[in-house]
Amino acid sequence: MKRIITATVQDRAGVLNRITGMLYKRQFNIESISVGSSETEGISKMTFVVEVGDHQKLEQLTKQLNKQIDVLKVIDITDKAMVARELALIKVTSTAQVRSEIQGVIAPFRASVIDVSKDSITIQVTGKPDKVEAMITLLRPYGIKELTRTGVTAFLRGQQPTNVTEINSLSI
Amino acid sequence: MKREVNEASRPRNGADLFVWSLVDAGVDTLFGYPGGAVLPIYDALYRNQAPFKHILSRHEQGSIHAAEGYARVTGKPGVVLATSGPGATNLITGIADAIMDSIPLVIFTGQVAHQVIGTDAFQESDIMGITTPITKYNYQVEKLSDLPRIIKEAFYIASTGRPGPVLIDIPKNISEEISDQEFDSNFYLPGYQPTMKPNPLQIVKLADALSRAKKPVVLTGAGIQFAGASEELRAFVEKYQLPVTSTLLGLGVFPGTDPLFLGMAGMHGTYAANMAHYECDLLINIGARFDDRLTGKLEHFAPNARIAHIDIDPAEIGKNLHTEIPVVADAKEALKALLGANISMPDHKEWKEKLEANKTEFPLWYNRSDELISPQWLIEQVYEASEGKAIVTTDVGQHQMWAAQFYKFDQPNRWVTSGGLGTMGFGFPAAIGAQLGKPEELVVSVVGDAGFQMTLQELAVAKERNLPVKVIIVNNSALGMVRQWQESFYEERYSESLLTVNPDFVKLAESYGVRGVRVEKEEDVPAMLKDIFAYNGPVVVDARVVRKECVNPMVASGKGIHEMIGVTSK
Repeated sequence: MKRIITATVQDRAGVLNRITGMLYKRQFNIESISVGSSETEGISKMTFVVEVGDHQKLEQLTKQLNKQIDVLKVIDITDKAMVARELALIKVTSTAQVRSEIQGVIAPFRASVIDVSKDSITIQVTGKPDKVEAMITLLRPYGIKELTRTGVTAFLRGQQPTNVTEINSLSI
Repeated sequence: MKREVNEASRPRNGADLFVWSLVDAGVDTLFGYPGGAVLPIYDALYRNQAPFKHILSRHEQGSIHAAEGYARVTGKPGVVLATSGPGATNLITGIADAIMDSIPLVIFTGQVAHQVIGTDAFQESDIMGITTPITKYNYQVEKLSDLPRIIKEAFYIASTGRPGPVLIDIPKNISEEISDQEFDSNFYLPGYQPTMKPNPLQIVKLADALSRAKKPVVLTGAGIQFAGASEELRAFVEKYQLPVTSTLLGLGVFPGTDPLFLGMAGMHGTYAANMAHYECDLLINIGARFDDRLTGKLEHFAPNARIAHIDIDPAEIGKNLHTEIPVVADAKEALKALLGANISMPDHKEWKEKLEANKTEFPLWYNRSDELISPQWLIEQVYEASEGKAIVTTDVGQHQMWAAQFYKFDQPNRWVTSGGLGTMGFGFPAAIGAQLGKPEELVVSVVGDAGFQMTLQELAVAKERNLPVKVIIVNNSALGMVRQWQESFYEERYSESLLTVNPDFVKLAESYGVRGVRVEKEEDVPAMLKDIFAYNGPVVVDARVVRKECVNPMVASGKGIHEMIGVTSK
């Protein structure tokens, strides 16, 4: 099962190495990690998308993360009301003739063209992973020359309804 | 300890600050080996005449195993100092050993100067990268002003919660930097707050489970030793008359001669202990981690039992085994809480009688040889001659299992062995550290002929410091446990496990100025032991034992604990 886990960590030297090393050593299957600064100076936020076999393994993952001395807080936000977004940059083969056609494809995704050259265009898209995935699928026939994704970053919504599992099953 | 600063000992550079930070941390023994990157530190040790001993090993592995032995018997962190590059990498086995067995260590390594880190400088190695997976925490000092805080923090992290090794990498420019400032050493670790007190609800649950249990058993691990909870454990099991088993590392936390004790459990544990685990309906694990050598095949481990697990490390609970009653706490606090709960236990007379019958009917056994010394008998003789009071250190392998089976520890902090990592070459240097930590005690190092050769250079340290360590080489001219597995599981194909050339251990000892003794006949053993235990100095005994002896009984790899082989009825 796929889970989204966030960790609040102290921004000390080697913290990312320590955490990824632990995940590797304990054989956790990480789909993506994103790391960046948080609202507090000296504190970073990490978001992991992980594929875990069962609840025991999931519990181990959160416990092992929590055990790290630099880790302040770990939350499995998968079953909570949350916002999860990622950004992708996609360079698509494109002559002048198909450029407007591609524009038409990406418009519903609210993606934008951020660079144009004589035989390619670069598109930026932000959103839930499935949306990004859907757009990439539509662009594939045109020929993707280069693709990079940031991985998911996520946190809890301001308000938590009582039952939210349904909402999220669609989002990741 | 309050630092007394006079003009001569005032911090002048980073190295001086290092020395005085160790004094502040209460260090009395430093295990180390000099080299280029730590020259300023060694100079500061010389100049300051620091009020602690420096023990010069003959290989850095000797330093770190000695520090482990010291930590294991004193409960205080062992402190190690090595240079950069090869000095630091020579420590790796010991660091990995310490993280597996939760031994508190504070390790200092030198590093090349900041300006050249990352340029593959002479004797540079990425010790931070190398040790991150095998330390509880590690630091590279970036600013001199951080040094006192980092050292204080490292001692705190190493010795609290679940103990473990912490490494501090000190670049040479830091130890050389001149400063006469005082730096703040206060620290704040919001992400590290070990839970000491148990959740009262879980204690209620555990008390309730106990009041319903018909076949309870208490499994004791080294966590009880770290918590200093032997007395509370004893009070608890005696109050409810609970049968007790132990892990390899837990030996001694509960008296080995107590009638309630069923013995060590696991691969070479007793039949009574393993069957208690197999048949119990409530298993209370205190401070053990359900290692695979203990559980055997997981599906056959305590298959009908409710599992309660008391551990200070929440990540150990539920790691290998589904745990119904998790108690995250220090063992002492949890046991105190349990003693406070009033539990009415049902009568489990039948269960106890059954365990008692197993214990008397299927004891540990061995065959005596007519020619050479039987190794198990040898351990029993060591036990007798030392009146069961020695500190015993071992490597890994057959001799280790025989020592665990036949030396009955009645006290904690007496048994120093490499459990989790299973390190050959651990026992002898660990004995040196143990002797330094407990100068008045008899320290016996039971080692194999192969393992001893991995760290025997430390004989120089034993001689230099006149440490009265008694090394007993259980000499079967083989890698005994490897040979045993080849006999049992590889149709006697003894691939590279028989040692055709061994040194003359007596002459070898003598070449270091250490007394060497060879013993080949059982009849000579008692007098020899009496003699060497009375001798005030190091001794190496080359005890020639039966070559093809096996450790029995055994739960073969991948088997359940109820499928023991080599169990013999009395």
